[in-house]
Order: sequence, then structure tokens, then C-alpha cells
Amino acid sequence: MTDAAYSSPMGKVDSPFSRLMSGTTGPVIVVVAVIVAVWYIAAALLNAPAQRDAFQRAGQTDVTLAEFVVATYAQERPVLPAPHQVAAEIWATTAEKAITSKRSLIYHSGITLSSTLLGFVLGTALGIGLAILVVHSRVLDKSLMPWVISSQTIPILAIAPMIIVVLNAINVTGLWPKALISTYLSFFPVTVGMVKGLRSPEIIQLDLMKTYSASGFQTLLMLRLPSAMPYLFASMKVAVAASLVGAIVGELPTGAVAGLGARLLSGSYYGQTVQIWSALIVAAVLAASLVTIVSIAERVVLRRMGMAR
Amino acid sequence: MLNEQGPQKARSVIDIRGLSLTFETNDGPVHALSNVDLDIREGEFVSFIGPSGCGKTTLLRVIADLEKPTGGEITVNGVTPEEARLARAYGYVFQSSALYPWRTIADNVALPLEIMGLSASERKERIARNLDLVNLGGFERKYPWQLSGGMQQRASIARALAVEPHLLLMDEPFGALDEIVRDHLNEQLLKLWAKTDKTVVFVTHSIPEAVFLSTKIVVLFPRPGRIYDVIESDLPRDRTLDIRETPEFLKIAHRVREGLRAGHSYEDS
Ligand SMILES: Nc1ncnc2c1ncn2[C@@H]1O[C@H](COP(=O)(O)OP(=O)(O)OP(=O)(O)O)[C@@H](O)[C@H]1O
Ligand SMILES: [Mg+2]
Repeated sequence: MTDAAYSSPMGKVDSPFSRLMSGTTGPVIVVVAVIVAVWYIAAALLNAPAQRDAFQRAGQTDVTLAEFVVATYAQERPVLPAPHQVAAEIWATTAEKAITSKRSLIYHSGITLSSTLLGFVLGTALGIGLAILVVHSRVLDKSLMPWVISSQTIPILAIAPMIIVVLNAINVTGLWPKALISTYLSFFPVTVGMVKGLRSPEIIQLDLMKTYSASGFQTLLMLRLPSAMPYLFASMKVAVAASLVGAIVGELPTGAVAGLGARLLSGSYYGQTVQIWSALIVAAVLAASLVTIVSIAERVVLRRMGMAR
Repeated sequence: MLNEQGPQKARSVIDIRGLSLTFETNDGPVHALSNVDLDIREGEFVSFIGPSGCGKTTLLRVIADLEKPTGGEITVNGVTPEEARLARAYGYVFQSSALYPWRTIADNVALPLEIMGLSASERKERIARNLDLVNLGGFERKYPWQLSGGMQQRASIARALAVEPHLLLMDEPFGALDEIVRDHLNEQLLKLWAKTDKTVVFVTHSIPEAVFLSTKIVVLFPRPGRIYDVIESDLPRDRTLDIRETPEFLKIAHRVREGLRAGHSYEDS
């Protein structure tokens, strides 16, 4: 047999398409394409009734299907805006606006992001603190954990206005009330994750500490906290996304003038669906970026600890 | 030196009288230890040998205050095991290595030294010396999972030795090692023991190892765990591996084997 006999099927396997699909890029592109296609179909269907009325009112009866569909993608206040409308709006309100402008989505994202991050840091610290208390005291485990869990059964939409109103009454406004709602949502996954993580050392590892007659604090520092690191990062990924939701929800009841939540609110006041969807997409991108940053930190820290192989 | 007066006159390190320990489990009580009497004196090298599940680990854990007895009396250095543990009276080598995966080998050996609050230079010196002793020089910066099981176990021995305890409690420390490495470490351990005043309590399944190392061999019986025979060895303190061919050695080994056989047939009946 010749080399060619081998190389020709090999060449087929290595075609650009199959190479693309064997990685992660290819499948991701396919998924995005499907989502966009479904979105376009849904937009045409959902906007059709209003478009039919509009053509009727204008007395136009001889529209082709193609013209009709194109028109559903160009409404000013569509039920569901088409992807390119949202993309154009996002472009217009990010790249084409000064960051300081009240119409810049980057400006609004920044406002939401600052309370998200403040709330996330506070929530993570609170979660770690509570977990340490719970792990070290049977009494606190029994008395505190039920409250921690029931805190999350109250709908955030019910409690957010109360937090804002109460804090406004004592003159706490702006960043902090929103951040505290983020804290409220983000401390929970961290508490639960860290309780599990701080309890993850094996009995033999704890026995070892006992033979050194290590103090509780030394055991915490040298055994429990390092063991808990993988759990901490897993729960921080959930917590950072929850923080963003908290910050946006916190902007709704205040009638806040700035932030992604405020954009959602004003968008719904004036029926500006394109604005609503732009804010939603930007919020989703923001959440994905935050989770990605936590993942990168996770990889760096665990590798430096020798725990990622 | 206390040893020169002979072990009988030496200070008692571990004194156990009528000790028993019953584990309450879901399928009823497990009598892990029953009515154990044992006296271990300073400078002795004592081996526990017996069939699996006869309570060797449990007895060692009671001495280390990792398990509370349900009956009888025990003192370590004249005080309760708990007081002895709080005074860091012993070093313990577990049946498995129990290294912390996020610490390098050097940092694992450093762990007890950090807890004891030793200076960085003192830590460094002890790490180097004890890793050399178990032939792990050059592996300081490796993580435990980068080492074989036997190397991990040697690292855990270095970690126990670095504490420089007067009392060393070792639970099958060489069980996972091959014959040659085992011989080497047996010699090292014996040398270390002979030149210091350490008292060693050593759990093993190997008759030659027990006879080679020990001044006293305790044969345990299972169900309930209790002492069947205590064999005082009159082999000289400074021995080499050649001693394993001598008639004295074989005589002691024979007696240990008889004890173990009795334990096993007892278990089968
Ligand atoms: N924490 C525990 N709870 C219940 N039973 C236990 C516990 N620890 C040990 N046992 C039981 O006590 C008995 C003695 O166990 P131990 O570990 O001391 O045996 P061993 O002599 O060290 O055995 P091996 O040579 O296999 O290590 C066994 O029957 C075991 O099942
Ligand atoms: Mg055992």
C-alpha cells in the first residue's frame, strides 16, 4: 500500500468543518445560530397581529409575505424585537455614546456592577463567617441554619422594597440599599457551600491535627479553610450571579434613575421593548463575564495550591 | 542514661490496667478491647502483632487519646492520655499517610512544626534532616499526589519524626513498602531509637519486622481484642539485619508465630 492510501481518508477526517466541530467553538456556533433562528421566527409570529392591523389602517392590502415579515422586524415597539434591532440598540447605546451619558448602557451597567460587586463581597464574607460559626458550634448549627434557609424562601421581590424603604428612612440611599439586597441573595449559596467545605476534611486529617494538639483556630486555618476552597469557588459562581439579580431587582422599586434595573423599568413604562431587551442582554453578558472571572480565579488559586492537576 | 540500667528499672511511659473499649454500632456492640494490661517503659521498642481486626489500631488510638476507653485505667507519662496529648508527648504515624494535598512534601513535614511555633530556620533544618532520613531528599517541592504510595508513607514518617517526640506511636508505618525499602527503614528506625531515648510503640503484621525491631512483642487475640502473649526479647540493642539468621532470633519468631496461629485458629472456630 502507498502512503496516499492512508493520507486520503486522513485528509477527510481533518477537514476544516470536522476540526471545528471537534472543538468547543463549532458546537457553540451551532447553538447560537439555532437560538437566533428561533428568535427571528418567534419575532415574526409575535409581531404579526400588530403588523396586520398597521397595514390595514394604512389601507395597504397588496403586501407580499416577504414585505410583511421584513416589516415585523422594523416596528418601533414590537412585542418581541428582532435580534438585529436589539444589537443595533446595544451598539447605539454603548459604542456610540459617551460613557458618562445617561443614555449609555455602559454607564448603567457600571452603576449596577458596583452594587453587585459590593453586595457580592459582603455576601461572600457573611457566608464564610456564618459557615465558620455553624461548623464550630452545634448550638449555632441548630439555631442559625434554619433562619439561613428560611431567609431564601421569602420572595426577593417582596423583601426588596421593604429593605429600600427602611434604609431610605434612615438616610441610607444610593449604592448601599441595592448592595444589601445583593448580599441577601449571595450569602446563602456561600454559607451552604462553605459549611459543606469546612466539614469536608477526612477524619484522619482531623485526627492528625488532634495529635499535634492544634487549636481550633489552627485547625481552621491549616486544614478546614484549605479543604473548603473548591467548595468556596463553586458557591461563589452561584453567588455572583445572584448578586447581579439582587442589584437589578434593587433598582426596580426605587424608581432608580440609573442602572440596568432602571433601564428595564423605564423601558416598560414607555413600552420600549427594544430598550428592555438590550438591558436584558447586557445583564446576561455581565453575569456570564462575572462567572467567568470567578472561574479563572478558581483555576489560578487551585493550581497555586496544587489542588488542580 | 536510663537505658543502661536496663528497661525494667526505667520510668513507666505507658501504664494500662484492665482497659476495655466497646464500640456501640448499629448492629450491636463491638468489643474492640477487653481487659488489657500492659506496661511500657522508657526506651522500650514494643510491637503489637495480631490478626486483622484484633484491636491493634484501637489500642494505639487509646494511647494517643484519639479514642476514649469504656473501662479500665491508662496513664501516659504518668498523666491521662488527654493531658499527654495536649503536652504533645507523642508523634503518631497513621496507617495511611494523611498528607494534606495542598501542601508540598516539605510543607507537610512543616505542618506540626508550624503548629508548635518553631522558627523558620529550625523548621528548614528539621525538614531537610528528616526527609533525608527517609530517603526523600529532593522531593521537597512535589505535591503528595505526585509521589507513589510508599513515598507518601515515608513522608508521613518524616513528618512524625520532625516533631522529635520522646514517644513514637506507629500504626503499620511500613506496610505499604517493598521489602528492600522496608529493611532500610527498619535499620534507620532502629538506629534512631538506639541513639535516642525514644520509646516506640509499633503495629505490624510482619513477624520478622516485629522480632527485628522490638524489645517486647505483644501478641493480640481477636473478638474481643485482648493480649495473648507478651514476649520479652533478649536480642542486643544494636542489631543489624544479619541477626535475622541467628537461632535466638528464630526462636523468638517461632514463639510469635505460635501465638498468631492460636489467634487465627481461635477466630476460625
Ligand atoms: N470507630 C469504630 N466504630 C466501630 N467499630 C470499630 C471502630 N474502629 C474499629 N472498630 C472495630 O474494632 C475492631 C478492632 O479494629 P482495629 O482497627 O483496632 O483493628 P486492627 O487490629 O488495627 O486491624 P488491622 O490489622 O486490619 O489494621 C474491629 O472489629 C473494628 O471493626
Ligand atoms: Mg489497624
